[in-house]
Amino acid sequence: MINQFGNYSLLAAFFLSIYLVIHLSFLNNFKNFKTKPKVIGLLSVQCFMVIVSFISLLFAFIRSDFSNETVYNNSHTTKPIFYKISGTWGNHEGSLLLWLLVLTIFLLIFIFRSNHLSKKLTNLTLLFQEVIILGFLGFIIFTSNPFSVLFPFPKEGLGLNPILQDPILAIHPPILYLGYVGTSIIFSSSLAALVSNSINKLWVLEIKKWILVSWIFLTIGIMLGSIWAYYELGWGGFWFWDPVENVSLMPWFCLTALLHSIIVLEKRNQLHSWVLILSITTFALSMSGTFLVRSGILNSIHTFANDPTRGVYILIFLLILLVISIVIYFVFKKNIPEKKIQSFLISKEITIMTNNWFMMFFLSVVLIGTIYPIFLEVLDGSKISIGPPFYHKLITPFLIIFLVFMSVGPSIKWIKDKKFKIYYDQIFLLIISLTLSYLIIIKLGQSYLFSIPLLGISFYLFFQTSKDFLKKNLNLSQKISHFGFAILILSILLNGLLSKEFSSNMKLGDERKFDNKIMQFKNLETKNYSNFKSLIGKFEIIGENNKLIFYPEIRIYNQPLTITSEADIITNFISDNFLVFNVLKEDGYFNVRYQHKPLMLWIWISVILISLGGILRLFDQNER
Amino acid sequence: MRDRTKFSILIFILIFVFIVFFKGLYKKPTYYPVSELKKIEFNKKIRTLDNQNEYSIFEITNNNFFLVNIWASWCAPCRDEHKYLVTLKKDGVDIIGINYKDKVSNAKNFLEKLGNPYKEILIDLDGTNSIELGAIGVPETFLINSDSKEIIKKYIGPIDYNKTVEILEIINEKKI
Amino acid sequence: MKKKFKNIFFILIVLLFFNSSTYSSDQLNKITKNLRCLICQGQSVYDSQSEFALSMKVLIQEKIQEGQSEKQIYNFLKDKYGDWIVYDPEINQKTILLWLFPLILFIFGGLLIARKLSIK
Repeated sequence: MINQFGNYSLLAAFFLSIYLVIHLSFLNNFKNFKTKPKVIGLLSVQCFMVIVSFISLLFAFIRSDFSNETVYNNSHTTKPIFYKISGTWGNHEGSLLLWLLVLTIFLLIFIFRSNHLSKKLTNLTLLFQEVIILGFLGFIIFTSNPFSVLFPFPKEGLGLNPILQDPILAIHPPILYLGYVGTSIIFSSSLAALVSNSINKLWVLEIKKWILVSWIFLTIGIMLGSIWAYYELGWGGFWFWDPVENVSLMPWFCLTALLHSIIVLEKRNQLHSWVLILSITTFALSMSGTFLVRSGILNSIHTFANDPTRGVYILIFLLILLVISIVIYFVFKKNIPEKKIQSFLISKEITIMTNNWFMMFFLSVVLIGTIYPIFLEVLDGSKISIGPPFYHKLITPFLIIFLVFMSVGPSIKWIKDKKFKIYYDQIFLLIISLTLSYLIIIKLGQSYLFSIPLLGISFYLFFQTSKDFLKKNLNLSQKISHFGFAILILSILLNGLLSKEFSSNMKLGDERKFDNKIMQFKNLETKNYSNFKSLIGKFEIIGENNKLIFYPEIRIYNQPLTITSEADIITNFISDNFLVFNVLKEDGYFNVRYQHKPLMLWIWISVILISLGGILRLFDQNER
Repeated sequence: MRDRTKFSILIFILIFVFIVFFKGLYKKPTYYPVSELKKIEFNKKIRTLDNQNEYSIFEITNNNFFLVNIWASWCAPCRDEHKYLVTLKKDGVDIIGINYKDKVSNAKNFLEKLGNPYKEILIDLDGTNSIELGAIGVPETFLINSDSKEIIKKYIGPIDYNKTVEILEIINEKKI
Repeated sequence: MKKKFKNIFFILIVLLFFNSSTYSSDQLNKITKNLRCLICQGQSVYDSQSEFALSMKVLIQEKIQEGQSEKQIYNFLKDKYGDWIVYDPEINQKTILLWLFPLILFIFGGLLIARKLSIK
């Protein structure tokens, strides 16, 4: 019964959407003030319908209603209630419903905030957003309906993949989607501003808030995904340049570039076209990401179930959106109030453009790395893999230059800065940074060409951004975010350089010696839980003056029958100690892997700092 | 550049990209390596299951063609395909079995229960021999030309009726 | 301010004297991290615990001990399984666009900025 509720509300929303698109398209020159309350009313109803739909699915999961095919495919009666709830959006159909939910809610928020914007701009934004919503509704109803009925009703479900039963993974999609959906508002609003000739200060200030919101959520969402991978997947890594990871990183590069460019637009009334192009591109990347992940075209550990038909739908939808955007851009180009002013070399405008320049480069590397195999296979028939070595090789040299710019850029003034004065303490810091880096690299016996300059400039950026807190002329949010970024780069580098690992095949009672430490496999016990059986190992690593005790687990889930290994991670501010073990075919033997990973916690803290700067900016009305 | 040109170029690129993606959607998910006519350079002598001898895969049969079948008693699909191997043996095909990461007693039990289609069985305790042959897992079967030492056909996954027909066709065709 | 630097320095010196001797099988790890596990969905041989990955690790370790270089091992495996088993796409006829495209775009971006600088 509730199933049908959900289905009908979706259909209702769908027809509403069609009506709204037609209605908004024909609104007489968008000057009709009377229609606005009507439109708001309809949008609220639509949002309500989607909420009802979402809650129906949620209830179906909570009640383990296996007459619903989605619930059947993704849930099980023995699953803990928390994961039954989060299982609602942990699958293809449910996650799309979540997308839709956020889309409709954000649209309502937009319209309630739009009193100071021109009517035409608002109505056009609504129109474009509704087209997107319509597309999603169509996609859900026709290819991915979460309310399809199974008859006869099965008594038990197929269960949720155990590696997805994790608290962090439960909130990772919603946060990420908040970021993605934000880019849709930016997209619609930008096109609307272009068509309605309202690319003005009012619009810029409004859109800046949306950019910040999307960016904050996207940043945190990506971080959560990495944290989950680190804690849950059991290989001790947090980024693998996996296509699905890349797909979330690409809009982030774009959004970061947009974040910086919108400042130029706000303060100097420059870069209108570029901001528009970025807005369109960011959303296009978010949507392409959706396509790549759900269509089966990419080979990854993260992908949803493969289904080419769904891929075709999204592809066509995306094509239509992009063609419309490009056509609108070229038709209404004359509306852009851009004055061609010369920029001076040493000016904030140029440093921000440089930021964008590098962001676009990093974006292109990740984009090409991700989709090139597809192109090669279709055009040439051969298959290649593109993994971490490719990305590292291309990004590293440019990252070094980028960090140099980032160290000096933010403090340069608008319009024109004086001849670049060389401050002696900056040179002193630079020398210290490079020397420090040199010592570390040499001591480690590493021999990469770029290691020394890269580490050196990271130290330098760290020192500079720390020093910046003393300056009075920069704003706090910028200082925090940039400082966070410096810590991020530095901790990732040091973590990469200083991490060590040891692995061995052991059976209970075994002992291994490595590097002045002794590892002992001391105990093994089993424990039963509601939906899995757990094999808990006890390992002791005895060093010269400390002892670490680990309790990694091997879990055998009942539905679906899967075996996962859960690492035990001992975390503190200096380093993480990570131990994981896996069953081997040879009776009684386990493959044990221990890793020592310095500064892991700082990687997460730094990302929080980066987003904190954004949050601060969002709430501070009085900053420069 | 005129706006019209920029516009056309963009649309063209867009359509090109989408056609490629469209085609990409329907490609086969599993990769069958293009090693059809790869030559096997692997001559190492491997111990037999009964531990009495050591042979390289080329020393066991004099036929023009032979099969190498990688199997294990713990592998369920191997169980399913086994009867087809038995019929192939009846049709005169020499099959060399590679027992993959298995216990001798379990392997022997398996053959007792389901029949022994193999001219000889070599063991692969750590899986390295299979990799030397270019295999990915179990079950996997290679059709090999004795003289040229080339892999004529590689079957990843269990053999079924259609594949046995194909194997026999190739063998008979090439003999003539 | 000075104290802050002192603290930073202290932490860094401590890090410096971290025992930096490498544990065993570094070479093996480096190679297996660069290899795709062919029966997994997007995992490296290093990360995977599948039978295939385990066999690969044994084989590669043998080859390392035989004295084979990284390049030889990669070529050996590419020969058997195709180019896609290695995560590092080498620069050849098929991949030249892959490596060049971002660089071309970078130069293009630079030109755009240069244009902004020289508007009269």
